[in-house]
Amino acid sequence: MAAGTMGGVALAVGCTAHNHGSWDFLNDVQARTLAAICDQIVPADDFPGASQAGVLTYIDRQLARHYRRYRNNYRDGLEQADAISRKRFGRDLAELPTQQQFELVSDLSQQNPGFFNLVRSHTLEGYYGAPRHGGNREAVSWRMLGMDEPPLLGRAQFDLRKGPAS
Amino acid sequence: MKRVNAVVVGAGAAGGIVAKELSTAGLSVVLLERGKWYTANDCRKDDLRNQRTTVLGNAFGPDDEGNPRVLWDPKTGPRILLPSEGGYQNNAACVGGGTLSYGAMAWRYMPQDFRMRSIYGAPAGSSLEDWPITYNDLEPWYEKAEYEIGISGDYSGSPFFGPRRRSLPMPPLPPNREFQILEPAAKRLGLHPFHIPMARNSVPYNGRGPCMRCRWCVGFACEVDAKNGSQNTVIPTALATGNCELRTECMAKEILTDDRGRARGVAYYDAHGHLQEQLSDIVIVSACAIESARLFLNSKSRLFPNGLGNRYDQVGRNLQGHHYTGAVGFFDFDTYDDLGPGASIAVADYNHGTPGLCGGGMLANEFIRLPIQMIDRMPGNTPRWGLAHKKAMRNFYKRNIAVMGPTQPIPSADARVTLDPTVRDKWGMPVARISGNVHPHTFEIGFVQAQRSEAWLKEAGALSTLVNAGRPTTVSAGQHQAGTCRMGNDPHGSVVNRNCQVHDVDNVFVIDGSVHVTNGGFNPALTIMAIAYFASDSLVRNWKGTGFRS
Repeated sequence: MAAGTMGGVALAVGCTAHNHGSWDFLNDVQARTLAAICDQIVPADDFPGASQAGVLTYIDRQLARHYRRYRNNYRDGLEQADAISRKRFGRDLAELPTQQQFELVSDLSQQNPGFFNLVRSHTLEGYYGAPRHGGNREAVSWRMLGMDEPPLLGRAQFDLRKGPAS
Repeated sequence: MKRVNAVVVGAGAAGGIVAKELSTAGLSVVLLERGKWYTANDCRKDDLRNQRTTVLGNAFGPDDEGNPRVLWDPKTGPRILLPSEGGYQNNAACVGGGTLSYGAMAWRYMPQDFRMRSIYGAPAGSSLEDWPITYNDLEPWYEKAEYEIGISGDYSGSPFFGPRRRSLPMPPLPPNREFQILEPAAKRLGLHPFHIPMARNSVPYNGRGPCMRCRWCVGFACEVDAKNGSQNTVIPTALATGNCELRTECMAKEILTDDRGRARGVAYYDAHGHLQEQLSDIVIVSACAIESARLFLNSKSRLFPNGLGNRYDQVGRNLQGHHYTGAVGFFDFDTYDDLGPGASIAVADYNHGTPGLCGGGMLANEFIRLPIQMIDRMPGNTPRWGLAHKKAMRNFYKRNIAVMGPTQPIPSADARVTLDPTVRDKWGMPVARISGNVHPHTFEIGFVQAQRSEAWLKEAGALSTLVNAGRPTTVSAGQHQAGTCRMGNDPHGSVVNRNCQVHDVDNVFVIDGSVHVTNGGFNPALTIMAIAYFASDSLVRNWKGTGFRS
């Protein structure tokens, strides 16, 4: 219940704040770098990529809540990603063209698999998980997969007299 | 606090039944439950926070705050784990226990499952034993569980189960598409497919409506209350007798004993963290295999320096659950019809009788999958991330079937629960330390089961498959945990007798999966329930005779 209430609050007052670059945990530089990594994990095609679907909101919210224990992993990992990028391409990860971002995220997955796998898991959770947590905006991934959305609702639609649904 | 006849610790599958049977027989009962009472309204449809996918925590307990355990993994050494982490071996902590949110498969074990040692002999290094009771002893109580809890399904397609007097009280749900694809394939392979028995209403039963076949099933509370657990069947009945008081958010600390070595009640922390003592004539522990063992080990006194019932170092040993193996098949046509519960068809041809293998297990199609559960279940050559992964999700989400099953574990005395010497929970009590593993022959059986799953899927038309037959380094004893207070006739090799009575403390009982000598090749819930009825029956009959006053 608490998470739902918090989500509601974030929706009411947080949306515009996010557009101004204010996050629960991340700073703007970290957010830009993380967005670049997330968008390599789930790139845009006919359907939105990770950041467009709200994955950053999901990760940022959880870093302030259930994933507080991963804060240092994110701080250090994102810093390292940019360091690798500057060393190889002379620029931060977020400033690279897509192809070079892909190469760099591949590097990252080899050089720091612990951090990469963490971001991968969290990105896929945000993209394919319940929209209530800020990711999967408007259930975009569920609709991409062809699931009925909104799903069957029992309390509203079920009629006891009809027997089992088939 | 008023003294009562019985304290039951744990309001899960077994504890709820014991509370109902004792209170309807006229005994005064206090039912202690560490968690809360959730209802159908607590089905939050949150696929990141339920009892199956727990990345954001357990929906139905325990909380991540203050409830650690320690897992001794030979790969990584000891690890302190949160309840939402896999190795914790969580079930649930709430009224109903696991039965609030389970998938609700409700199997009878086979007659052979109670006589594993006689049939196969004990593999070297294992602690394989026969049960002191047989299938025939339990049969009437299986039936009682099937009718009181409410089971739908149809075993009639399979000739491999033990005799039964009555068929299940409800027909199966209409077959979903996976059933329709897998059934003819199984028959072509010479197998005997049938409808999985489920603690789920397929028609109105027990005053509640039938399943509406939504996708929020295993791991969730049922939104229309069509899934049958102790929280919506026996516990309300127990409370209605007026003889049973349910106290939620109460954590048992220890079983209190007197200077003659008999139990006199239970000390527990109430919802406000205050230590309370509930005195009683008898104590029944139904806290699930890991926590039941922990409670006995934490109940130390002058007469029981190593924990109550632990004179011969048996409490906590033989921990087992189920080693699941199987395969995912990928198809070029839609197999997904978005009809819960999803799991629908099983074969029990492979539970016994394979030369060279000590048993086997049933195989069934998997519960309905939410997208988050698919992300690592892709054809073998799929990249783990990037556009190709996204496209594979799109291509295969509706075009895959998973077949898997619980391999009957070959128990080992080294797979055990002990008390961690340093880590404490939020009440200051030593936490469970889990170490060891089931006998390695279990994994050999599991490997064969995975190949059989793959063969079934290929026969059904799978173009490619992903075989899952790992060799875990730690015991897999989460929701199916069992064995830690096994029943037996010999006090040197078991904790309770055939009536679930602790060998050397005659007014203390363990009634839950802890008493399982072996855990069958099936989900254990219905067997836990049948044993609860069986043991309650002998308990009530003894009560009427002696009142356990010695």
